[in-house]
Amino acid sequence: MVWILISLVVAALFAPLVTRLAGRSCGRVLALVPAAACAWFATRIPAVAAGERLVEPVAWAPSLGVSADLALDGLSLVFALLVTGIGALTMVYARGYIGNDPRLGRLNATLLVFMTAMLGLVLSDDLVTAFVFWELTSVSSYLLVGYDHANPKARAAALQALLITGAGGLCLLCGVILIGSVGGTYSVAELVASGDVLRESSLYLPILLLVLGGCFTKSAQLPFHFWLPGAMAAPTPVSAYLHSATMVKAGVYLLARLSPALGGTDEWLALLVSFGAATMVYSAVVAFFQTDMKRILAYTSVSALGTLVMLLGIGTADAAAAATAYLIVHALYKCALFHVAGIVDHECGTRDVDRLGRLSRAMPITCVAACLAVLSMAGLPPFLGASAKSLVGHAEHALHMGPVEWAAMLTVLMTFAVGALLVWRTFFGRRDGEDLPKHPHEAPIDLWFSPLLLGSLGLVLGFFWGPLAHHLLEPAAAAIAPGVAPELHVHATAGAYALKAALAAVGLALYVKRRPVVRALRLWSVLAWFGPERFYDRGLVAIEWVARAVTRRLQSGSLRTYLAIVLASTMVLAGYPLLKNGVPLPPSGSFDIRVHEAAIVLAMVLATVFVMATSSRLAAIAALGIVGAGMSVTFLFFGAPDLAKTQLAIETLSVLLFLFILYRLPPLRQLSTRLQVWRDVVLSITVGGFFALLVWGLTSVDGASRLSPFFAENSLALGKGHNVVNVILVDFRGIDTMGEITVLAVAALGVLGLMRVHVRERSAS
Amino acid sequence: MDTLLVLPILIPLATAALTLIAARALRIQRALSFAGMASLLITGVVILLHVDEHGIAVAQAGGWAAPYGITLVADRLSALLVTAAGVVGLATTVFTGFSLDRRRERASFYPLLNVLLMGVCGSFLTGDLFNLYVCFEVMLMASFVLLTLGGTRAQLEGGLKYLILNLVSSAIFLTAGGLLYRAVGTLNMADIAEQVAAYPDTGLMDTLAMLFLVAFGLKAAMFPFFFWLPASYHTPPPVVSAVFAGLLSKVGVYALLRTFTMMFTGHLAFTHTVLAVLACATMIAGVLGAVAQMEIRRILSFQIVSSIGFLILGLALMSKIALAGAVFYLLHNIVVKTNLFFLAGVIEKLRGHGDLRRLGGLWRERPVLSVLFLVSALSLAGIPPLSGFWAKLVLLRAGLEGEWYWAIGIAVVVALLTLYSMTKIWALAFWKDAPPNEFAFTGRERDVREKSARRAMLPVVALTVVTVAIGFLAGPIFEMALATAEQLLDPSQYVTAVLGGVS
Repeated sequence: MVWILISLVVAALFAPLVTRLAGRSCGRVLALVPAAACAWFATRIPAVAAGERLVEPVAWAPSLGVSADLALDGLSLVFALLVTGIGALTMVYARGYIGNDPRLGRLNATLLVFMTAMLGLVLSDDLVTAFVFWELTSVSSYLLVGYDHANPKARAAALQALLITGAGGLCLLCGVILIGSVGGTYSVAELVASGDVLRESSLYLPILLLVLGGCFTKSAQLPFHFWLPGAMAAPTPVSAYLHSATMVKAGVYLLARLSPALGGTDEWLALLVSFGAATMVYSAVVAFFQTDMKRILAYTSVSALGTLVMLLGIGTADAAAAATAYLIVHALYKCALFHVAGIVDHECGTRDVDRLGRLSRAMPITCVAACLAVLSMAGLPPFLGASAKSLVGHAEHALHMGPVEWAAMLTVLMTFAVGALLVWRTFFGRRDGEDLPKHPHEAPIDLWFSPLLLGSLGLVLGFFWGPLAHHLLEPAAAAIAPGVAPELHVHATAGAYALKAALAAVGLALYVKRRPVVRALRLWSVLAWFGPERFYDRGLVAIEWVARAVTRRLQSGSLRTYLAIVLASTMVLAGYPLLKNGVPLPPSGSFDIRVHEAAIVLAMVLATVFVMATSSRLAAIAALGIVGAGMSVTFLFFGAPDLAKTQLAIETLSVLLFLFILYRLPPLRQLSTRLQVWRDVVLSITVGGFFALLVWGLTSVDGASRLSPFFAENSLALGKGHNVVNVILVDFRGIDTMGEITVLAVAALGVLGLMRVHVRERSAS
Repeated sequence: MDTLLVLPILIPLATAALTLIAARALRIQRALSFAGMASLLITGVVILLHVDEHGIAVAQAGGWAAPYGITLVADRLSALLVTAAGVVGLATTVFTGFSLDRRRERASFYPLLNVLLMGVCGSFLTGDLFNLYVCFEVMLMASFVLLTLGGTRAQLEGGLKYLILNLVSSAIFLTAGGLLYRAVGTLNMADIAEQVAAYPDTGLMDTLAMLFLVAFGLKAAMFPFFFWLPASYHTPPPVVSAVFAGLLSKVGVYALLRTFTMMFTGHLAFTHTVLAVLACATMIAGVLGAVAQMEIRRILSFQIVSSIGFLILGLALMSKIALAGAVFYLLHNIVVKTNLFFLAGVIEKLRGHGDLRRLGGLWRERPVLSVLFLVSALSLAGIPPLSGFWAKLVLLRAGLEGEWYWAIGIAVVVALLTLYSMTKIWALAFWKDAPPNEFAFTGRERDVREKSARRAMLPVVALTVVTVAIGFLAGPIFEMALATAEQLLDPSQYVTAVLGGVS
């Protein structure tokens, strides 16, 4: 199985090249890889049906507790067959649909990357590895929805899909991490084997909610469903493959996969059934109000996803088998219908059902494919859809919940109405006078091959229900709800047929009276105004607004504000522990200060105040010089003559240098408001006072350098120098001096650079 | 061992001197700088292997026993970071040759770059608090000159803010160092660690810890000290931004990691809670800034701030797995951030600017560039299986296992917004068509720019390969990160290695 994934990646890498070289037949060439994979998976059917679980251990990151073990059981097999089988058809269809566009190479490559990701997801036993593939499907979906990248609408739709599924992905990741922490492993097989560990954990509800957050966004459950109709901005082959047949079912897959470990609780039942049922019925109704064929199909897909989630919520073996059957049926007919919609769009230039009609004569093959698909969708015998729907009906009925059954009936009814709208209206309905953008004619074989094949499969498999149930549904159900064998014998009663016929009649009546019904229910559009999509749009605008507002305040561009924030924060952070634990005040007796010391301090303070007040730069520099000189004298008093000497030299030099530079500058101006001035005064005094207090407090407690005695002792003996400071500088701590010398050299380079190198600013920047 | 640990400081210094001598011969400067950076990288790897096998390596400069002289120490963290610095230095040297205008390249660019690397490596290796200050000064001066080299108005304005705010950090660092020296009587970091643990007044030590937090936090661009970074990083040539993005703020993070895993660990409930709160604020402020910008390098600059928040969060959680996550994230971020700035440089080379409103059409015209950008951008956004994902996974796991749910909640929202801001670049610069009357280079200028952009892709491809490789080799690299975290959590290893039997 690893080899299948690798060969898909390789195919993706070479897809642009193959597309260029193979021209017309590139789709068929590239389809060989997934087709071969599909064939391989098909050969595994008997083994898996016999109850085997094929495992390929792959080490990845054992230190993280992550492996890339691949496992194939009944559930994975169903998905793997769909992903590779429909994937192969998609490759062929995409070439026919896209034609000779230069972007086809990248589209093919992205489709193959997606295929790898989706296949990897359903084959991974490890939840983290599965998550890796999960996110890859989101990213490839982003790139594919944005295929028509010059169009702002396509970009917005791509972003919407990415953000919704990305947010869900982050939830899921947290859920997976918690599962790993609670269960002690990321391996699904081990988690399932460990029984009730997760269900009994105190973190069960958070885990469940996080996992559902991931699955519901991915599988477009209410209220996150809206990204999926939006994703119809993608080219039709992508919509058919990702947003109907495979990717959106990733959430369903993961729920099914985790159902033995997480499912079976009241919370699970309540959440999945309520969200699933609500999604199912809501989207089935909304689909009827659309006119774009792809949006109609998108909403019916959402509805189908709701059904699947609901079935998984019910969680019995029967429901699991029903879910699997419905999953297969849905993938077949929905992909076919999408492909039909693509053909119609391709050959007529529009896919608005109100403009289409009477296409059966111009496009006979497509019409046959569409009819086959829609009959399976309606669940008419002998199509496969009939058996699947019957299982679904039984599972729903077994729940004994009135609202769910009503919702299910409404959904069936709407399915008939929508099916009629999609196929009857388009192929046999009356066209309202106006001409279509293109003259309709039959599509080339690349296009009609896949819907015809998928539609026929829906019919043919209907006759092989027994083997299908035994080889695919039972093993899959065993993986979802282990222990109990599902009841797969379809026994429809006359009552059920009668009910179905009644629903069909009402549905078709609804179709016939579509215009008045739609007009009467215009209110829907008002409701949509309060819907989650608007919430998303508003949220995006709000985030941008908040981001700009916060950034404008923080990153204001004013250096003085930055300094004020930095210093004030320093005071808060460093002052808090002092206030809490008491300031290390010097003992009261130590306050003996002599007159000349006080005089110097006073001079320094006055000079500082003068610097602040004066508007003359020269006077300010001179006053700064006084502060510096006072400092040197202080050093002198306290027995550091060399320091005093150095300080004095530096002060003199900087005053002189400043003079040279500032000589020509205009006088200082007061640009601050009074409030700012007072803020700065308070802040400065606080900062200065804080550090003074800290130094004072620390110097008055005992404490001596542990280094000085060593330096004093060894300076002459080992360092061969009488001047201890010199020996420290060039020997004991020579690396420091080397660094400081480097700093000086760099400063010189900097001055040189500033004086001599001036790059003209470009007009373009 | 002594020589080996000095080499990461000496090699860049010597290269700087030699390139300065060869000031007039650009080719020789390039070759020298390349050779210097390559040897630095090799030295880093050798030190890493040595440390991995024999434990923490120590060199006493001048043979003066600790704590009296200056000690150089290489534990796993230092060795990893020196290696990463070598990678960035090498890539930067190559990228400079292909992308920088000649005037700047001639104007002592290579000496400055090497001095910068000297300061960076010195910071990673020194075991002495005052020497760390000196290394910071080396870095600060070299980076300031690199930042303003060329002297455009924007550069000078950004450079001034950069310099003054960083000088505040220096002043606070120096004051705090002086106060700490007064209190514990030593400058050797291992010695300090022992003395601080034994110091009676914990309130005072908390205050000093906070002063160091401000000093290093400012260097790291933490909230609320990050202003200098977004104010300056978009102003110099992209190659300068790239090396800054890769290394500079990471040195601040390194200093915080060292300080708050070794020196100030006596009062975690206070210090690390402050770190956690500031880390979250940093993430939020950074990502909001990124969302608000419309220019590639400005977006990326704010993203640096946001990722610093992630790193500090790892430190704040202070568990083995959290620190390992921080180390992993550090390595990932150094590579990816440098590469994204390179990519921004290539785009600016092709189009003359990085303004998203006026860019467009890159996906149509430059598929290879687009894919390379996409890989790095998705890696930064934490999309699997790239390097950023594993960093995110580990940090989230550390937070969830440590029950820091509020912090993880914030981190998750920030991760989503990061993705959002990266898709903005993608959608506007790559997907969107360029505005119709947008200025475009023509004729010879266009050919010259295309050619140098093509060549500049070389280091971009190399770093992209590294990103992808980190993703696929997540297991072994995480093992290394775990071992690093173990060392960090057990400072006695460091202390014993440095002081031996002295104290």
